[in-house]
Amino acid sequence: MQALVIVAHGSHLNPDSSSPTQRHADTIRATGAFDEVKTGYWKEEPSLREVLRTVESDEVFVVPLFISEGYFTEQVIPRELRLDGWDVSEWDSDGLSADTATLTATDTGQVVHYCGPVGTHESMTDVLVRRAETVTGDPDVGEGFGFAVVGHGTERNENSAKAIEYHADRIREMDRFDEVRALYMDEEPEVDDVTDHFDSEDVVVVPLFIADGFHTQEDIPEDMGLTDDYRTGYDVPTVVDGHRIWYAGAVGTEGLMADVVLERAAEAGADVGAAVERVREQTRETPTAGD
Amino acid sequence: MTDVRAEQFESLVRRVEEEPVDFDGLYVAREDDSYAFETPDGSHDGLSEAGLHEAAADAAPYVTNWYYWEEVVGHRGRHRRAFLRKLEAADEFSVGRRYDELRDGMHTEWGQLRITATLGDDGDRRYEVRHEADEAVDAAELDEYTDPLNARELATSDERGRYRPLKTAPTLVDGWVFPALDGRDLVETVDTFYPATVANWNLEREGELDVSHWEETIERQTGIYGVVKTWNRGEGHEHVNWVAEACCDDSQCLKRREWQYDENTELDVDGGDGAFPCREPCSVVIAASRKWTRLEGEQSRTYEFDLTPSEKEQVEAIIDAVADGRVDDIREADIYEGANRYRTRFLRAKRFDEDGNLSGTPTDAAEDGDGGEDDE
Ligand code: SF4
Repeated sequence: MQALVIVAHGSHLNPDSSSPTQRHADTIRATGAFDEVKTGYWKEEPSLREVLRTVESDEVFVVPLFISEGYFTEQVIPRELRLDGWDVSEWDSDGLSADTATLTATDTGQVVHYCGPVGTHESMTDVLVRRAETVTGDPDVGEGFGFAVVGHGTERNENSAKAIEYHADRIREMDRFDEVRALYMDEEPEVDDVTDHFDSEDVVVVPLFIADGFHTQEDIPEDMGLTDDYRTGYDVPTVVDGHRIWYAGAVGTEGLMADVVLERAAEAGADVGAAVERVREQTRETPTAGD
Repeated sequence: MTDVRAEQFESLVRRVEEEPVDFDGLYVAREDDSYAFETPDGSHDGLSEAGLHEAAADAAPYVTNWYYWEEVVGHRGRHRRAFLRKLEAADEFSVGRRYDELRDGMHTEWGQLRITATLGDDGDRRYEVRHEADEAVDAAELDEYTDPLNARELATSDERGRYRPLKTAPTLVDGWVFPALDGRDLVETVDTFYPATVANWNLEREGELDVSHWEETIERQTGIYGVVKTWNRGEGHEHVNWVAEACCDDSQCLKRREWQYDENTELDVDGGDGAFPCREPCSVVIAASRKWTRLEGEQSRTYEFDLTPSEKEQVEAIIDAVADGRVDDIREADIYEGANRYRTRFLRAKRFDEDGNLSGTPTDAAEDGDGGEDDE
């Protein structure tokens, strides 16, 4: 028996925080690749402290739905799950390369394969691109478009900027979009000046965030000038300074995120069969080329 | 009448090949080339397989009961099994009594859930879950669900659409029913409404509940919650009594609080009588305590306010109404209630100055500790 446990932040105030997590869990559950699929949260229930006891399997793959390596993935989650003998050196990571560590949960005795966060996995780049396809409704979007990946910046966590740069570089290497930039909320180059950073008339803006909330629904749309007041909403695209801004909201709400979770678990040794291909296909929201 | 299906009988024979079956009053063993079969109602020796079949058919409830518990439910999910056993008081009642009672339905209250176990075909069990407030409502009038995950949406908001961060708050909406779940889906449904309560209940029952008391739990906190450690100043635990009274009372949370100040110091507040235990201060309590740690860093001061005796009582009535969540129940024209909106607006019009100071008495802005906070 193998179980998948997706762990995420959650919120005391906003139910939208955990809904993408639940949706990705549902997608994976439907593939039948795991005997059990559960979710656990820092701020919701089941708590990280108690989620493992709701799982009957002896072997558990834990995938953190977080953007970068840092405080939560390195300290909070292993501590709350009671992973015996955890030390961050187990991941031997440069801030982007955490893959998996196998430990025992002291309270349940389960073998836990503790995976790196979804945000730094290479297939996250595909989710960013898929998000651009979804928001433009064009499966071939790229030519004539600029692409901005948006993150917090280094103020809170140095690795968070690393993850943004990493994916921006990878999208650039695809040679699919005319221009690709990494922009930040609290440092240069700033998302406020998004139009200064692009020549392309059309720009897709995708925040590398797990869930929609205050930052992605209020701050960023207002900072970019999509709206004066987030409560009144904004159009997609919205014209700002002569550029059409296609604002995608948090990448974490994209259905393909389930694929990253699966790949993390598969690389940690989970037997997921053909689930990866199935999820890649099922979560597509735009018709594929030729349809 | 309960029958024994062919596959049930065959599994019994297969099991008995390996070792004697001894379960809930049923004893079946292989003795060389014959069988022994025993229940509290009688015993037979030297049975042929046909004779065993006949004996099994005569004692069908014992056989189908064995099949349900040992072959269908099994032992993999230890908490799940224990919970399902509880739903028919399997450790107290004989098979005969359980089968009689299950035909009418055996009820268990679990927080605001009402679970009814009944007998399906050939000793199979079926479980219904609904809100306790819908106890007497005809199932046809309730919204019907079959997928345990639907409990997630039902548990998200209270009846006024407000988000429920604490799943065990007594604010679950009613009007729905899961009419016929199997054992696995029943436990999944219960665990979706009230996460981890089944496991914690069973750990407690088995004497293995890992309670983590206040002291230990806040010692573990880091990051923005690390500050809560500074709230314990080594002089008593009154502040933790207040936390428990504020958050953990049965009117606020249906878990039975088992955590105390520390292993040797019980809180003075009652933990409640919930069916399932609370084993450590939850994230809602920790987040609130972070705020209280800051607020409680302030010293008391003496203020002077001018209030009539009735106004003083009105202030108390307003605090009570907010604390008990009664504000929305107070009717617009019920001016007998201190926390009535008109009464309160009148008090504000009369007693607040243009800066919102009660009685015109300034708070002293320099020590206003209400800074901005993140919910993290
Ligand atoms: S700490 Fe208090 S409020 Fe939180 S779950 Fe336990 S009993 Fe309920």
